[in-house]
Amino acid sequence: MPASRLAKTVFATAVALLVALPFAFREARAVVSIDITQGRVQPLPIAITDFGGGGDLGRNISDVVSADLKRSGLFAPIDHRAFIEHITNVDQPPRFADWRTINAQALVTGRATPQGDGRIRAEFRLWDVSAGQQLVGQQFYAAADNWRRIAHIIADQIYERLTGEKGYFDTRIVFVSESGPKDRRVKRLAIMDEDGANVRYLTDGDNLVLTPRFNPSSQEVTYMSYAGGYPRVYLLNIETGQREVVGNFPGMTFAPRFSPDGQHVVLSLQQGGNANIYVMDLRSHQTTRLTGDASIDTAPSFSPDGSRITFESDRGGSPQLYVMNSDGSGAHRISFGQGRYDTPVWSPRGDYIAFTRQLNGKFGIGVMKPDGSGERILTEGFHNEGPTWAPNGRVLMFFRDLGPGPYLYSIDLTGYNEQRVPTPSFASDPAWSPLLK
Amino acid sequence: MMSRIQLCRRGLAFAAVFAVALLAAACASKPNDTLAGAGGAGFGANGGRGGPPGSVGDFTVNVGDRVFFTTDSTDLTPTARQTLDRQAAWLQRYRQYPITIEGHADERGTREYNLALGARRAQVVHDYLVARGVPAGRMHTISYGKERPVATCDEERCWDLNRRAVTVLSGPTG
Repeated sequence: MPASRLAKTVFATAVALLVALPFAFREARAVVSIDITQGRVQPLPIAITDFGGGGDLGRNISDVVSADLKRSGLFAPIDHRAFIEHITNVDQPPRFADWRTINAQALVTGRATPQGDGRIRAEFRLWDVSAGQQLVGQQFYAAADNWRRIAHIIADQIYERLTGEKGYFDTRIVFVSESGPKDRRVKRLAIMDEDGANVRYLTDGDNLVLTPRFNPSSQEVTYMSYAGGYPRVYLLNIETGQREVVGNFPGMTFAPRFSPDGQHVVLSLQQGGNANIYVMDLRSHQTTRLTGDASIDTAPSFSPDGSRITFESDRGGSPQLYVMNSDGSGAHRISFGQGRYDTPVWSPRGDYIAFTRQLNGKFGIGVMKPDGSGERILTEGFHNEGPTWAPNGRVLMFFRDLGPGPYLYSIDLTGYNEQRVPTPSFASDPAWSPLLK
Repeated sequence: MMSRIQLCRRGLAFAAVFAVALLAAACASKPNDTLAGAGGAGFGANGGRGGPPGSVGDFTVNVGDRVFFTTDSTDLTPTARQTLDRQAAWLQRYRQYPITIEGHADERGTREYNLALGARRAQVVHDYLVARGVPAGRMHTISYGKERPVATCDEERCWDLNRRAVTVLSGPTG
């Protein structure tokens, strides 16, 4: 049982969980389920009742759960006004017939209760309406101001139980917030919840900052900054604000990413007219050069098992995607379609590499398998760039600039369900966090 | 950033005198300036009207502080070589300035690739100036990729102005 630690920090955690709620019913294998491996799916009608419990808290939680599930494109939350039964006691089984009547296939009931010590207790149960069975029942304790995280965790559990895939709602996005005119753009690192809530700024805009990426295992990002007029890759602890330069490289470093274990950063070092890929061990500070040919080698991204790295290189004349072993050996080209291929990013599931493709003046976001087969373009136009994966490898986020400035968008791996991600201003370079702990 | 802003102010002042002064492009936010046709030509032989000989204005206006590249290229055009020849002669005569060569790309490329492309352009200019006698130790290169456009339309005439390497008479700035 994944009991989360309590943390005192501004950003992290503080949701303690999880007691499975016993019931007279044995929890059943879901009869109701969604196959999300297919293209367009019919969204599952789901009824999410008000979590009650006094004040706005219960309604706020159930609204966020509902919004998360709806945004996934896989669920169709039913309007509360259609409800026949009004749940007054979540400890009693619902009247399934009433929910069948309004065609709800799944039902979520719950209760949020302030505890008097600044914490809240939230319980929820997920019901299979046609089978008349409880599928999930759990309760959580958290600081009251963490109620959105509770809602995201509940949405993740519903998503996982009904799709068989891990959810991605209890995550954050680090990105570059942009303001000002195009020729005097101010860029700041920012972080927000996956649904766009709780935006916080991590840098003040004095220095140009680019391409933040999450550490897969800690509250840390690596990014590029022009602080002091020297473009370098940095590490930033988003809890403490502590910042440090990555390595002591004799030139511009850029395009950083963490290894899956969070102990290495792979990046590009500019050496004269060439960009080469290096990896640095964050503990020993030892650096190793992985590429050394006379070309631009950049945008490295590890496979989830850490054994391989995909990157882009113009060694063949135009930017294309390559895969090499993580020691730099065995580099081979994997992109052979028309156009230029950039910014490869390995899926956390390992099954796909997402990329930016330029063809005939258009910029598309696409995916291909690590052997280069199965290429699909998910969206195309001027100008899409910089995909990042949700931790479950089912959803991608990227930025799109239609002229005035960029915004963030998400799209399913299937190419459906494209949505703008709300941000307070122009936004670019998104990077999805792992599921929070 | 300070020196960049000062540079822009200077550019605007010159623009009143020279309608085609490229620095106006550096600070103009409207895309339909008269500048698009400049295309890297038309520098020099202005008889010192950009400022006293040896001044930053003299270098910027009369010598020409920037060269332009064709799409995705880092090759120096004949026009660019002429500009750099003038730069090299001027920089050897006036030795008091630190030199930063900024490499830039247009927006039609990804962020990471354009950082490397801008660095390549700066390096090409750096190497050319070294070959023409400017000491390497006086020069510093920096790439801004596509982060510092001077022309902001999403059209070829703006992209032409943004694919550039600029020789700036100051140290590096963030």
